[in-house]
Amino acid sequence: MSTLEKNMSLTGEAPKNINTIQKLGTVIGMLGLFIIVLAGFNVDLPNKGIWLTIALTALTGGIILFAHGSYKHKLEGIKNDGVWFKSISSRGYLAWIAGIALTGFYIVLYFFAELLGLGIDGAANTGVIALFDPLSRILSGNAASQWFVYGTLYTIAIIAFGVKFIRKYKHNRYEQLRTLSVMFFQTAFAFMIPELMARLNSDDFSLPYNDLKNMWPLNYYAFDQWRIDQFINAETIGLVFLIFGILSIFVVSPILTYKYGKRWYCSWVCGCGGLAETAGDSFRQLSDKSMSAWKVERWVIHSVLVFSVLMTTAVISTYLGYDDTKYWLTKDVFLIGVAVFLGVLFALIWYFKKEELAKDAKYGAIGYLVIILSLIAIHYLSGKELFLFEAGKLRSFYGFLIGSVFSGVIGTGFYPIFGNRVWCRMGCPMAAILGMQQRLFSKFRITTNGGQCISCGNCSTYCEMGIDVRAYAQKGENIVRSSCVGCGVCSAVCPRGVLKLENGSMNGRIDSNEILLGNDVDLMDLVNKN
Amino acid sequence: MEHIVIIGNGISGVTAARHIRKLSDKKITIISSETEHFFSRTALMYIYMGHMKYEHTKPYEDYFWKKNRIELRQGFVKSVFPKKKKLLFSDGETLHYDKLIIAVGSKSNKFGWPGQDLAGVQGLYSKQDLDSLEKYAPNNKTCKRAVIVGGGLIGIELAEMLNTRNIPVTFLVRENSFWDGVLPKGESEMLNRHIKNHHIDLRLGTNLKEILSDENGKARAVVIQETGEELPCDIVGLTAGVSPNVDFLKDSGIELGRGVKVNRSLETNVEDVYAIGDCAEQHEPIGNRRPIEAVWYTGRMMGETLAQTICGNPLEYKPGHWFNSAKFFDIEYQTYGWVFANKKEYEEHFHWKHEDDTKCITVSYHKESNLFLGINTFGLRMRHEIFDRWLSEKRDIHFVMENLSKANFDPEFYKKFEGQVLAAFNNQIVPV
Repeated sequence: MSTLEKNMSLTGEAPKNINTIQKLGTVIGMLGLFIIVLAGFNVDLPNKGIWLTIALTALTGGIILFAHGSYKHKLEGIKNDGVWFKSISSRGYLAWIAGIALTGFYIVLYFFAELLGLGIDGAANTGVIALFDPLSRILSGNAASQWFVYGTLYTIAIIAFGVKFIRKYKHNRYEQLRTLSVMFFQTAFAFMIPELMARLNSDDFSLPYNDLKNMWPLNYYAFDQWRIDQFINAETIGLVFLIFGILSIFVVSPILTYKYGKRWYCSWVCGCGGLAETAGDSFRQLSDKSMSAWKVERWVIHSVLVFSVLMTTAVISTYLGYDDTKYWLTKDVFLIGVAVFLGVLFALIWYFKKEELAKDAKYGAIGYLVIILSLIAIHYLSGKELFLFEAGKLRSFYGFLIGSVFSGVIGTGFYPIFGNRVWCRMGCPMAAILGMQQRLFSKFRITTNGGQCISCGNCSTYCEMGIDVRAYAQKGENIVRSSCVGCGVCSAVCPRGVLKLENGSMNGRIDSNEILLGNDVDLMDLVNKN
Repeated sequence: MEHIVIIGNGISGVTAARHIRKLSDKKITIISSETEHFFSRTALMYIYMGHMKYEHTKPYEDYFWKKNRIELRQGFVKSVFPKKKKLLFSDGETLHYDKLIIAVGSKSNKFGWPGQDLAGVQGLYSKQDLDSLEKYAPNNKTCKRAVIVGGGLIGIELAEMLNTRNIPVTFLVRENSFWDGVLPKGESEMLNRHIKNHHIDLRLGTNLKEILSDENGKARAVVIQETGEELPCDIVGLTAGVSPNVDFLKDSGIELGRGVKVNRSLETNVEDVYAIGDCAEQHEPIGNRRPIEAVWYTGRMMGETLAQTICGNPLEYKPGHWFNSAKFFDIEYQTYGWVFANKKEYEEHFHWKHEDDTKCITVSYHKESNLFLGINTFGLRMRHEIFDRWLSEKRDIHFVMENLSKANFDPEFYKKFEGQVLAAFNNQIVPV
């Protein structure tokens, strides 16, 4: 509001002030960060193990103490006072500082890891990465890498801000359980288990770093040749992992998504989602809710999915042979298999769900299918490189553009500007697949409670996926959107108890009402019939 | 082409416009002197509290109106001349209509208190009220204390708002318990305690005598009727209800009571002039409903209904079973059917309260027939559809209590209380 910005008072609005405990938390947390930054300047800290312990404890403790100061004296309820007054959560100065710092961190992490002190060609680590060596040696027995540093900080962020989120929603068990779940999956599956598994590796046995919950296509390198080779060479255990990975995609995920919607993954399990829901929670209101943003979202995310399918198909086909006497799965079998699978999937959706697809979704689906099939056809007819590019180049281009720039630099670095789910909404190919299923073939929906909606807009404002929830609620219509990750915050912030996340019957899941419950029954029947 | 002119861009007027557009190609103009675009009045509080910005309160994006050929006109209608089918604006301009829909909403009540028109004395209804609040109560340095007069839904919202900026609030409530004209005793008393838990200086059974002015014509204190106490303050919120905003129609020939008098078809005494929403007053109340219903959804329903009539499908306004909801600080409230604060002679109540003092239920049923009449819930969400059906099916109280869990609408994994409620119900002596 313009009147607020004109207020030149130096006393500060009450919701913006921070109390003594919050100040203390900030000091402690910044101290932890400061030690890590010092290490980055190659200040030679003796006894790195102790300094690392101090740094990580201070970082975690600072955040948790800040949360304690924020919510200790508050009664159970919604805690959004002053969100749009605070600089950090309303794209103010602090938000820009944080955004720039995060973006810079991601650029260094992905492209200039030596600046963090990564030892090149077997040299010892220095700087920040050396600071993390002691912890890495305890877990995996190896020196740290930039990815270990990142993984550790990532896990700490999810745990510490997870505690904050749980305190913020102390009245809401759905939010609490969901947060405990992402904290667990990050700590155990993404961090501890793979690090400890690395201990099994020796000269004649090695497993790739394997986060069991990180499924293809979010994990775009899942079917890279070196990983498959390692899995196969690791015999039983490797094959178990490989088969689990494939089953997750084609069996586990479809079943869970059918029963619970994509939320089972996106807001209960996934690491990207985990960070967004915890460290990113303060930025959820920044997502763009306009119709135009939705249009962009649908084209971009599905293009990424197509790109990822193409890339993976190309990569796999490079290491498959032509001779079916050696192994049944030859390059030809695989390519024709992919074409048939996509064709059948398309035909099934078209046959059963055509009525539910919007015009642009139909165009998009036909267009993408034609592109994929014709690329495979060109390959056979003219003998050109599959998909016109060399698979390795396609793979590294994907890794750079989608894996690094989109998911990291933009997806997380820009949290304080574009909101916390930009990657999940616009870029994640896994979200695209789950979303398609959620929209067309799932029991999940957000139920609108009859005619109780007062169009206040809290639900839309706090939807991190940029869904205009109110547009449905004020029509008395259930919310069935492919992008919904089921975070449950729309339901939590609703002052009138209008929204409920549910798994129910597929019948009547989407019900568009012109006249809402509560009006003349004849009128409701008359108009809603059409 | 027939020109439909709607005065007022609130939920009633906008709903009518949307549905007329769906049903026809008529020319539609919406007039407002408040804001350029429709916004949700119920969300004003969240702007002050920093939960939302003004643009978030707009249910439709700005391109919506042009796309749907709904003309928006900013201006204040001074008079209506039904014989000439003409409106006169305060700037002297005029506008011709073929059909006129009056959807001007309400204004805050003032009961003739001395000092009620001073600067810093205001209601909380319009966008302008919010701007004024931001001016006089931006923080607790400029506003060292606020006094709120009138214990209803808007009063408690205003208290919650000021509280978020750490402005001390004294809340004068005429009744002996908060909103006890509407809520049964157990609920009302639970809310008294909840209000006090938020450090509001709640004064029950207390009336305003007068508001004192400083040398600049701004409120500086209030005087309390009962004790004569003088309470220094920087802002006074008058929240003793609202009434129809119809002064500009006094000489128009359109019949007025407290609001614009309408029949069941929402027609006024003048042909081609209709009234809907907060400003409409039914000649005869519908069922237990009040003749003037200043509720969000009734405004919407009148808009839905009137659009049919105007587009050639004459319909009467026939609202279904009563329902409503609100939120008191952290406690959500829903109601379905009728639960009267002062029991009607045929009515029996069952009341259950959770030990944490933030959740309770009151169920009303017929003494003799055990017919289920209505339910109030606090801190528990219920399903509108289920209660609407049970009311239509005329279920008895035992059926409702035994099936209460089917109506639960709380988020997943929430603790369930239906078992406790049913046990408590079965333990009391129920007249058969």
